[in-house]
Amino acid sequence: MLCQSCEKRQASTHIKTILNGELKEFNLCSDCAAKLGYGSFFTNFGFDIDKLFGSFMDIPSPQRKAKRCQFCGSSFEEIAKSGKVGCAHCYEEFYEELLPSIQRIHGRTNHTGKLARSAGTEVKVKNEIAKCKAELEQAIKTQEFEKAAELRDKIKELEKNITESENA
Amino acid sequence: MSENATVNERKDISDVVISTRIRFARNLRDYPFPCRLSEDSKRRVAATVRNAALGGSHAISGRFRYIQMSELTQEEAVSLVERHLVSPEFISDRQGRGLLLLDDESVSIMINEEDHIRIQVIRPNMDLDGAYDLADKIDTLFDEQLNFAFNDKLGYLTQCPTNIGTGMRASLMLHLPALKESGAMGKISASLSKLGLVIRGMYGEGTDPKGAVYQLSNQVTLGISEKEALNNLRDIAMQLITQERAARKAMSENITVLDTVYRAFGTLKYAKLLSNDECMKLLSYLRFGVEMGIFENIDFDTINHLMIEVQPATLMKNVGKKLSPQERDCIRAEVVRTALLRKQVPANRRLGGE
Repeated sequence: MLCQSCEKRQASTHIKTILNGELKEFNLCSDCAAKLGYGSFFTNFGFDIDKLFGSFMDIPSPQRKAKRCQFCGSSFEEIAKSGKVGCAHCYEEFYEELLPSIQRIHGRTNHTGKLARSAGTEVKVKNEIAKCKAELEQAIKTQEFEKAAELRDKIKELEKNITESENA
Repeated sequence: MSENATVNERKDISDVVISTRIRFARNLRDYPFPCRLSEDSKRRVAATVRNAALGGSHAISGRFRYIQMSELTQEEAVSLVERHLVSPEFISDRQGRGLLLLDDESVSIMINEEDHIRIQVIRPNMDLDGAYDLADKIDTLFDEQLNFAFNDKLGYLTQCPTNIGTGMRASLMLHLPALKESGAMGKISASLSKLGLVIRGMYGEGTDPKGAVYQLSNQVTLGISEKEALNNLRDIAMQLITQERAARKAMSENITVLDTVYRAFGTLKYAKLLSNDECMKLLSYLRFGVEMGIFENIDFDTINHLMIEVQPATLMKNVGKKLSPQERDCIRAEVVRTALLRKQVPANRRLGGE
């Protein structure tokens, strides 16, 4: 059996972890096991979610390996190994490489919810529309039709803004 | 569904829910994340965040106190963990780390933990909306003055990708002695993970559930809004509460369980030495007794308070000096005895349903 982390060497270490009551098993070669902290009975023989996360990031292809974040100097390999992203700019630099892991963790890849001041105008408008739509639904439920009409007009106006900016 | 939950939240559920916690993870765009920060840059980040909090125009700004973590004694630092104001990780290396603490200790802001900023609001009982509103307000105050790391697709950016999106972790501290005793926790936590929630021990990641106190929190932070995540957590918590109460009812006539509870009361009331582990275990049984209506004149606040008060570092902080383990056990027993002194021995109550 090949090591699940490097897929090159023979697996010699068998690891079982129980997370959230769910049993997971991994087969690793001795090198990868050591890297993940399962090297000896006496060091770090604990479960480390960060390291596990790192090991599950996709292995970068050679030309990708050379790429480094302009801002903090992290390579994707370093991020994958530690499970820690170097800075905000890494998320843009390595967006495509990070996306599969993000999908695995959260099941989704698009943010909904509170927006920072620095968010783009378009998402701000879209967020406002979503908020109005939720309020509209509530207004219809409670039969506040005047409020509902107002909200409907507001949504129309906001949607018009978006299409205009898209056409421009 | 959420309407029902709000109604339920108003009902008294302090027999199961101890406290509510909301945590926001935020970072500055113009600095690398803490794992890539030099000590010097860490200090600069800390100063920037401190100034933004203390210099804000809002009334709450005047209520914050800034603590440089490296200046604390080991006992003071550990006591912060015991009081749930900071994470165990935060005090493992205190260089370049700062803490902003609100005067009543209901808000703590960790600087340079895993992320540049971690805003944490703690409320007694279940108060997800109240805790969220306060955290949201503080976050907005920071946002007005700082340049947050934010991406239109991925939301708030964090050092660990498990926190991106809302960056929000909402938790409820639950006392689940009957479910623990019945051995159901393993199965429950497995099914919770499928619902995007996680249940852990009292002090968060990797800690044991001391005294049957568990922390239930949301796991997924991307693609789900704050409100949705809160409603989801509340709905699941209500189901857990129902299950716990059913398990308690099934156990309330069990003579072995009753014996354990009464013995716990006796030991806590008369012991001269109490180790931390024994004390937490017994306090958990005592709470179980109160929850089943056995000790009517002991309230949950007393027990919640004791569970923090008896922790080793907090004990030493309150006494004001270093203590040997045996001295600690002695003072711990005294603290507990004093708290329970005026509580009378409960009447022998409807054993076997008489």
